[in-house]
Amino acid sequence: MNATDRQVPGMLSGLLATAKRDLLLAWKRPGDVLNPLFFFAMVCTLFPLAVGPSAEQLEFSGPGVLWVAALLSTLLSLNSLFLSDFEDGSLDQLLVSPQPLPVLVLGKTLAHWLTSGVPLVIVSPVLAITYRMPMDVVGVMMLTLLLGTISLSLLGSIGAALTVGLHRGTALLSLLILPLAMPIMILGANAVSLAASNDVYTTGIWALGAYAIASISLAPYATAAALRISNE
Amino acid sequence: MWTWFHKLASPPHFYRTAALLSPWFAVPGLALIAWGTWQGLFVVPMDYQQGDAFRIIYVHVPSAYLSLMAYMIMATGGAIGLIWRMKLSHAVAAAAAPIGAAFTFLALATGSIWGRPMWGTWWEWGDPRMMSELILLFLYFGYMALRAAIDDTAKADKASAVLAIVGVVNVVIVHFSVEWWSSLHQGQTVFKRGTMDADMKTALLIMILGFTLLFGSMLLRRIRTEVLYRERRTRWVRDMILSPKGGG
Amino acid sequence: MTHKLSADNLTLIRGERCLFQGLSFAQESGGLLLLEGRNGCGKTSLMRAIAGMLSLETGQVFWDDKPVEKQRQEFHGALVWLAHRTGLKGDLTLVENLSFESALRAQSSIDVESVYERLGISRLKKLILRSLSAGQQRRVALARMLLADVPLWFMDEPFTNLDREGRALVIELVEEHLAKGGMCVMAAHQDVELEAPVNRVTIQ
Repeated sequence: MNATDRQVPGMLSGLLATAKRDLLLAWKRPGDVLNPLFFFAMVCTLFPLAVGPSAEQLEFSGPGVLWVAALLSTLLSLNSLFLSDFEDGSLDQLLVSPQPLPVLVLGKTLAHWLTSGVPLVIVSPVLAITYRMPMDVVGVMMLTLLLGTISLSLLGSIGAALTVGLHRGTALLSLLILPLAMPIMILGANAVSLAASNDVYTTGIWALGAYAIASISLAPYATAAALRISNE
Repeated sequence: MWTWFHKLASPPHFYRTAALLSPWFAVPGLALIAWGTWQGLFVVPMDYQQGDAFRIIYVHVPSAYLSLMAYMIMATGGAIGLIWRMKLSHAVAAAAAPIGAAFTFLALATGSIWGRPMWGTWWEWGDPRMMSELILLFLYFGYMALRAAIDDTAKADKASAVLAIVGVVNVVIVHFSVEWWSSLHQGQTVFKRGTMDADMKTALLIMILGFTLLFGSMLLRRIRTEVLYRERRTRWVRDMILSPKGGG
Repeated sequence: MTHKLSADNLTLIRGERCLFQGLSFAQESGGLLLLEGRNGCGKTSLMRAIAGMLSLETGQVFWDDKPVEKQRQEFHGALVWLAHRTGLKGDLTLVENLSFESALRAQSSIDVESVYERLGISRLKKLILRSLSAGQQRRVALARMLLADVPLWFMDEPFTNLDREGRALVIELVEEHLAKGGMCVMAAHQDVELEAPVNRVTIQ
């Protein structure tokens, strides 16, 4: 019985194992991945219906609409990030795991990004084209979404951790996360607009990249702390 | 030093000290505000561009400044409470939130009133300061909503502290991203940096100081209420209420 | 290698209620620490506090005479947690569930198949957990506990949802674990008869 002398596997394998499990769970319940995508498409449909289908207007508002829709759709999927873990006792297991909690949290967030952010990036060109976005601008938009959704997933995980186990958590989650997420949307949507008007848009991209790096390195700690508090 | 600190952190002691301290903030604070108002309204000459409308800065600027300071107090209180597990510190954070939100609202309202003659509209989306202030108000709402949603006080304290700390980092990012955004859209700001004459500056400083002292007094009173509520089942509260003097 | 789990002057307040105050104990390898008391008296809370999931009002928990908060990772590497909510995913198969757990833990020399055999769950390996009965799911949780191969077992009401045979099996597993020099912390509302020494902590 010298279990404590045996080497616990490195952090990377803890991260990957958690990500793999969540991806497997998403695979078995594809609805959880698809519903936010449908929601994304529907929000994009609402705007032309509300403000009119004129080409000029669509071209002008496209970047903003797509970004707002992406933000709302990510928010929708965040609610369930820790919910089932909380309900079935997996969260307890994560909290007493020999792996550091922030690493496991990062693994879960990675899986969330792969199942919410990346699909959004893949679907977005279709909707962007309906908004008459030129192809080179579509590329910029995909890049901003790719970088921005990393930060959205990570920031969102803090909110999801703070509200897990609370009644009426969904509305509260939006209230907590939207003000935090506004800078990401500002950077993303405006970079796309700048690209559309042939302006220098790289500032926005760099800022989104920096934001993503900062949130990768800081947010998991906040989320881990929040999970410990919420699970008390 | 440390014994003094620990003594102050004990709820009954703080409750009594705060009662003694509060008027020392309130009276000079109100006096300064009265003086500053008189200065601002009657002594300082009219602005050659904005006319009399600019005089609202004597409320607007101190409010905006306190809206940020209250948020800092809230986050610092939460951080101290998390790290050193000091309960009084969480009570300070809880007490600061509604006052901060009120000053944020005041800053927005005065900004909007000021904007009416300047821009010809009650609300100008292009002004980066107003935008940041509005997002700050949402951050306050989120904080208070999270507190309200958690029944257990200790848990609410800790969870909201995490949120406040994350929020502080965010306030900085919001500021810069909104500045950038506004520069793209030729946003305009009412409050131009530039020459301010000496009278105007003095009056503004008097108002800021007065508002800060008043804020200090409000904060102390709210912390007292918060402490009393949190300690409602303890012996010292019962003893104090049942004592002939009926409690301070 | 023997271990020691001890606690000094634990006080826990939940909401308005003080669950226990000034509680201390010391437990060496080879024995069972049994937490007793009425339903809802705070047995589970005490156990969660010992494992580091609840913050205590006062007091400290020690693992090998070192405070656990100073060595969280080592302490968590030495323990396994079994509770009413099993922490297994209903959408995953038995093997998928357990391989996730083993990826987080140190390599063990225990033969997986023989553990499945012993718990009578070999036939269920390819089934998703949701399709198993509550008792079978408990057995999967027990398998996870055995496969973790760690010295300290936390068991919260381990007899729930188990038939007579299952209960006997739990007792047998605990006896064996203690005989090998393991240690067990158990919260149970019924008494547990063991050959190994039982250290009782009663919460009023």
